[in-house]
Amino acid sequence: MSLVEVGQKDEVTLVEDLKRTQIVQYAGASGDYNPLHTDERYAVEVGGYPGVFAHGMLTAGLTASAVQQRFAGNFVTRFGGRFIAQVWPGDTLVAEMEVTAVDSGPGGTSREISITTRNQTGAVVYAATATVVTDDAG
Amino acid sequence: MDIDGSASTDGKPLAAPPAPAPSLRLPIESSHVMMFARSLGEQIDGPQEVAARDIPVTFPVALAHFDPDYELRPHPARAWFGSGSTPGRPRTSSEPRTRLHAEQHFEYHRRVRPGEVLTATRRAGNVWEKTSSRGGVLTFTESFTDFTDDEGNPVLTSRSVSVYLPLAEEQKR
Repeated sequence: MSLVEVGQKDEVTLVEDLKRTQIVQYAGASGDYNPLHTDERYAVEVGGYPGVFAHGMLTAGLTASAVQQRFAGNFVTRFGGRFIAQVWPGDTLVAEMEVTAVDSGPGGTSREISITTRNQTGAVVYAATATVVTDDAG
Repeated sequence: MDIDGSASTDGKPLAAPPAPAPSLRLPIESSHVMMFARSLGEQIDGPQEVAARDIPVTFPVALAHFDPDYELRPHPARAWFGSGSTPGRPRTSSEPRTRLHAEQHFEYHRRVRPGEVLTATRRAGNVWEKTSSRGGVLTFTESFTDFTDDEGNPVLTSRSVSVYLPLAEEQKR
């Protein structure tokens, strides 16, 4: 689906059946070694959770990466979001993107994108917005 | 982890922000960017592919690696609170309330390329309270990290918002 004009939407699968190993990869790359995300015994017996869960910033990173790939070649000048619900191993995440504004000028075209990330039950886990700039006339 | 602090808002800023922390340095190093991108599920066969693309938007969080005092990384001189022969222990903190990461935002003033080393300077933002739908008081704190290049030009700015849960809700969890 095209994401050029206001109101256009598209869906992207961010991850299917999230693996604990990917959470460990993210911990190592990001530097966040909070054991709630990688240490099952700690998460359950000390944290009181059913098990480890993903970093909120992993969900944010997956969503941002999808925006960058969806708009490959363009410049994501702004990205940010709000963490709404936890993401667990086994989750499948899908991001719905919608163009909410388009501003064309001499320097190029700027698009505002609204992104809603949901898990396999349809529950919203993360909500974000992004600004994507192209250096052509649109 | 439902952050439902939108039932009503006071929005009034509270106490003055604390003094700024010392600056840190974030190398935009190809192998690190590669590993970060891979952790987000991206297909990258080698660091040489990193040069032809923008860094992952959220990569600046990896500044944690370059903070010598970062609490969520094991340090040789400090006992780690995760599990070993025992389940581990709760993190020690003088703050009794639970703190959750509520929001994170990035604004790029220009493209960032591997090979650069950015200077990161943290500064506090506003503090405000909201009343949750459950009637408790949620305290929000805002902080910024300004990333500049070697000439002092702004490169990107990140903004983080944390929320402290009221003790009453903490006791219910």
